[in-house]
Amino acid sequence: MTAHRPTASDQTQEAKPIVSVADLEVTFGELSVLEDVSFEVEPGEFVGLVGPNGAGKTTLLRALSGALSPSDGRVVIDGNAIDELPSKASSRLVSVVPQDTALSFSFDVRSVVEMGRHPHRSRFSPPSAADRNQVDRAMERTRTAQFADRSIDAVSGGERQRVLLARTIAQDTPLMLLDEPTASLDVNHQVETLELARDLVSDGRAIVAAIHDLDLAARYCDRLLLLADGSIRADGRPETVLTGAALEDAFDTTATIGSNPVTGTPTVTALPPSTAAVDSVSVEPTNLRIHVLGTGETAAGVSLRLAAEGASVTIGPVPENAIAAETARRQDLECVETEPFAPITAVDRERVISLVEAADVTVFADFPITTGSQLLLEELPETTFVAVESSEDAGEFVGAEANDRYAALLEKSVITTRAGVLDGIVRTIEESEYGPEHATLDRPVSKGDESTREERQSVETSSDD
Amino acid sequence: MDRPGQVLVWSAALTALLVVTTIVSAALGPVRIDPLTVAAAVLNEVVVPSAIVLESRPVWLLDVSVPWPGFEYRSVFAFDVQGSHQAIVGTIRLPRIALGATVGFALAAAGTVMQGFFRNPLADPSIIGVSTGAAAGAVAALAFPTLVPIGLRPAAFISAIGTALLVYAVATEGGRTPVATLLLAGVAIQAFLGAMISYMLVHSGESLREAIVWLMGHLNNSSWGDVWMSLPVAVLGVLVLAAYTREMNVLLLGEEDAHHLGVDVERTKLLLLVIASVITAAGVAVAGVIGFVGLVVPHIMRLIVGPDHRILLPTSALAGASFLVITDTIARVGPAEVPVGIVTAALGAPFFLYLLMRQEVHSL
Repeated sequence: MTAHRPTASDQTQEAKPIVSVADLEVTFGELSVLEDVSFEVEPGEFVGLVGPNGAGKTTLLRALSGALSPSDGRVVIDGNAIDELPSKASSRLVSVVPQDTALSFSFDVRSVVEMGRHPHRSRFSPPSAADRNQVDRAMERTRTAQFADRSIDAVSGGERQRVLLARTIAQDTPLMLLDEPTASLDVNHQVETLELARDLVSDGRAIVAAIHDLDLAARYCDRLLLLADGSIRADGRPETVLTGAALEDAFDTTATIGSNPVTGTPTVTALPPSTAAVDSVSVEPTNLRIHVLGTGETAAGVSLRLAAEGASVTIGPVPENAIAAETARRQDLECVETEPFAPITAVDRERVISLVEAADVTVFADFPITTGSQLLLEELPETTFVAVESSEDAGEFVGAEANDRYAALLEKSVITTRAGVLDGIVRTIEESEYGPEHATLDRPVSKGDESTREERQSVETSSDD
Repeated sequence: MDRPGQVLVWSAALTALLVVTTIVSAALGPVRIDPLTVAAAVLNEVVVPSAIVLESRPVWLLDVSVPWPGFEYRSVFAFDVQGSHQAIVGTIRLPRIALGATVGFALAAAGTVMQGFFRNPLADPSIIGVSTGAAAGAVAALAFPTLVPIGLRPAAFISAIGTALLVYAVATEGGRTPVATLLLAGVAIQAFLGAMISYMLVHSGESLREAIVWLMGHLNNSSWGDVWMSLPVAVLGVLVLAAYTREMNVLLLGEEDAHHLGVDVERTKLLLLVIASVITAAGVAVAGVIGFVGLVVPHIMRLIVGPDHRILLPTSALAGASFLVITDTIARVGPAEVPVGIVTAALGAPFFLYLLMRQEVHSL
């Protein structure tokens, strides 16, 4: 039997993985921290480790760096079991930007970066030209050269992070591990740090980074590993990993996935648990059918929120290039899409009206009053309406007739805020079905607004230690 | 200026300081001698080997002599120096100065290593019990010479090294030696040895005074023999440490970081600990417990040259040599001679407090 010998071109097409983790298990005494973790990382890949606190992200990074030995399974870096290599050899394969490092002494910045060359230097020889070159280039790349002579304890947090990255770049390893590289940095420094990481990956290095900011992770990583309770719950491209179901499973919270309007990458908005949002005994959000009228960000946000609570949401008419249409496609919501900049056809109007009729509640979410939507407004059946407060004055330039009709509809609607929309809907239903005395009227309309504003960011902030 | 250049310049400057200190110190004393005469007398002591002979030599640390190939020496210089002055400088003051310089050199180098190793500004060479161990051995040899018949210095040296190894062994578990455990084990074993020393002092009878003077640290009655006992150990030890200064720098980042930067952490720690303990023991065994040199000198030098061990280690060692020569000169020139340990602590402690209050020593 003649074995198929891979040719050179085969090898370049199918690069050998730089990291290969098989059935990794790490236990501390009785406590199992990682279980059954298997994955591979190719050269040139930027892999983000996401997951809640205590999911095992840092432990996984420590196992990858060889700082701790697996209780079971193998961590192979570039063909070597990393925990069995002497530190000199392992530090030529893996470099680490630690989450916090003891930098409470006054080494100058250049000396700290030079320490990255330690694995490459022999004991007695002075630094070679190549060593100096690597240090210079690393400092240029991270824009740390300008304060090379400053003491490391006299630079800002963002600068310090760049110095540590420079040290890691000078170390010149095929695999770099970053433990929360953006924690405690300002937004501009977070982006700067991750841009640099992207840039490093394009040189053919592989990076594995624990990142607690899901939006940033989605934006910069080629691939995400979602870790929860010590095992991998999802592995793949950011948009396939960051799904409501996966996040609910990992973070134990309801979250909606939107799309960053600038970068087009997924964004995650955590919502308060549904029990906290609605304390109605008679109305279950999951039994509700809601139609949303609107095309923009407000409509998209309201739809996401309601869908996340389990309501069946329909939406339309929406021009097919509008934000709301994009959201509907992503969330798989029934949506009446129309051609942009064209009047709404009779067929579409009929579809919308049937959706409104089928819905328990119809929500106005910055519904644009245009000549195109005028007809629709007039044909809308009498039903239960909720309107989301808007700062903009919609439909200012349309005929007085349409405005009057809109005003009349708004008159009949319960006005609510964007965050409190579900609350408003539930209240409206309670009122119409059981009479006003049954409704929980003492609740201020804006209540949901305050309680959710902090929780909206909870996926990010809750993972702080 | 690049790093090796800085090291050379600083070392040259501090060596020059040590030479000046030596000459001034040798000029001072009950008999005042003109510094030029002192310089001439010092040069007269310089010898070179002229022939190889077989001679009877004491084995290092032990009171036995064996035939040993040695050299016959010949003086290089023959300046005209009055006989009594030559004797005072050559056989009384110079050995004492040389021993002080050696002990200061060793203690300051060991202190630098320990502070970096423990990442603790309060660390000094005795932190893992080397000095207390030496004291226990010395007091035992003084108080119970029949039970410990090996002589004061061997007893102190062996007991010092033994204590350090015991502390290390107690603190090591599963191949790892956490520095915090090491520190606590050192404190516990020092406390126990302190009790032993007190017990032995109570029962030391005639030798109590001698023991107390030894415990305070002193350099009187120093001989060239003491110098040749400790100097090679100190110099060799510091040379080995100098080869590990880059590792010491990286270790300052913390052990996990150091591992990621290619430092074999446990092996390096053991090596640093053993060498620092050996040079401390070599100093303490001949001079008794001299405090504050190993604590204050590295701090002062860190303020001047920064935390980089590649400069800090050699400069601290050289500065420690001058520091101990100066303090010992004060100890012996004053109206009544006092043990040098009193002077180092009496001068070192206020100076250290001054640095603390100026907020200059708050970290490594």
